[in-house]
Amino acid sequence: MPSFESYGDGIPGVSLEDLTGWLVVIEGTDGVGRTTTITRVRSHLERLGYAVAETGLSRSDLASRGIRRAKEGNTLGSKAFNLFYATDFADRLERQIVPALRAGFVMLTDRYIYSLIARAIVRGAEPDWIKRVYSFALKPDAVFYLRIGVQDLVPRVLLNGGFDYWESGMDLPMGEDLYESFIQYQSRVIEELDQLAREYEYETVDATRPADVLSDYLSRRIAALLEAGGGPAEERGSDGEA
Amino acid sequence: MNPPDFGSQPPGYPGRLFIVEGIDGSGKSTQLTLLAQWLRSEGYPVLFSEWNSSPIVKATTSRGKRRRLLSPLTFSLIHATDFSDRVEREIIPSLKAGAIVLADRYVYTAFARDVVRGVPPQWIRSLYGFAVVPTQAFYFRVPLDVALRRILSARPKLKHHEAGMDLNLHPDVRESYRIFQSRILEQYEQMVGEFGLAVMDATRPVEAQQRQLRRVIRPLLPKPRGRVDHALV
Repeated sequence: MPSFESYGDGIPGVSLEDLTGWLVVIEGTDGVGRTTTITRVRSHLERLGYAVAETGLSRSDLASRGIRRAKEGNTLGSKAFNLFYATDFADRLERQIVPALRAGFVMLTDRYIYSLIARAIVRGAEPDWIKRVYSFALKPDAVFYLRIGVQDLVPRVLLNGGFDYWESGMDLPMGEDLYESFIQYQSRVIEELDQLAREYEYETVDATRPADVLSDYLSRRIAALLEAGGGPAEERGSDGEA
Repeated sequence: MNPPDFGSQPPGYPGRLFIVEGIDGSGKSTQLTLLAQWLRSEGYPVLFSEWNSSPIVKATTSRGKRRRLLSPLTFSLIHATDFSDRVEREIIPSLKAGAIVLADRYVYTAFARDVVRGVPPQWIRSLYGFAVVPTQAFYFRVPLDVALRRILSARPKLKHHEAGMDLNLHPDVRESYRIFQSRILEQYEQMVGEFGLAVMDATRPVEAQQRQLRRVIRPLLPKPRGRVDHALV
């Protein structure tokens, strides 16, 4: 049976027993193709009979609105921004991820604490501090880091509507030019994600491969992982586990 | 490697930061107001920093409280978000500019409240590791009964979180408030030694407390510029 632990002291007042689902994280920088991958993996898992739920950054009931407003006006200090994202993450962890895991779902998570930590570090946060802030997070069953070099990223971003202000790190003093800033900012984020991959020991996947090859590979890997953990919920029940 | 917890960095700014802490009804706000008047009359630039002041974060906090969306963890994080904005954009610049910053409640309020709500003490001290260490923090010690009498006689309507109703301590708001405040009081008492809080006897007359406060603060103040020039002439 799957069981969960956190990186630190856990979530205050929340028991991590009875969480029978799976927490699967797809990490990667902006524009790497996470959304497409997740959609395909999801339908594959659903065909196999798994109940699948999804969550992603800034989708919390509590803080998503405030984060959006803060971005519009660029009116928060960088530490406050980092902590606002931590609030958003904590809210989703407690009110989306944990309940889904308790109900036996496969929780497909579009980015997790690693992206949040990487972005915070690039924006000047002290690495040990921000890691400690996020230490309440659950250790996922699996993390796949879709990795792409910044030069391969540029054509994809252009195809998808161009450079976004925040994804280009324009709030940082990284240059006047959106393109220059995008290259510098994303390179730094990728560097941090690479570093965190070693530290948190998650798997790096080459994301320059065609989208269908990539999602087939991940679907297979994730299905095997779930199979090893007992398969879909009703099959686990019918095995007569005590 | 562990990140530095709050309290491990020495302040390096020309300004001064003074804090008053204590449970509701300890009289700390009155003392801070009197202190500000005195400092201004002595020619110091004074900045008052209040809890919960960043407008954008405030909207989220209010929404979370109103709709009961906050857990101990998110309650803690959203207040830290607001506080960090205040530290970065208000307190630090003022201290750099040489102001006397006065704050009614500081990190100690979060430590007390959040630990009572079940947040791990070490985690919360690390979360607030970015906060400037005050020049001196004053803890207004008051017996629970005295504070409750002051509060409950003056302000009968207690807010949900303020009374600790989210902790299911007691179905009655006043009773819940009583229990919640007594636990916060315990946390403050533990922090006196940990952070070197100066203890004020908050049952003494207002004037006597103010005299004591000024006596402690006076030697910690920088010389006002105007006064130095005058002395040189």
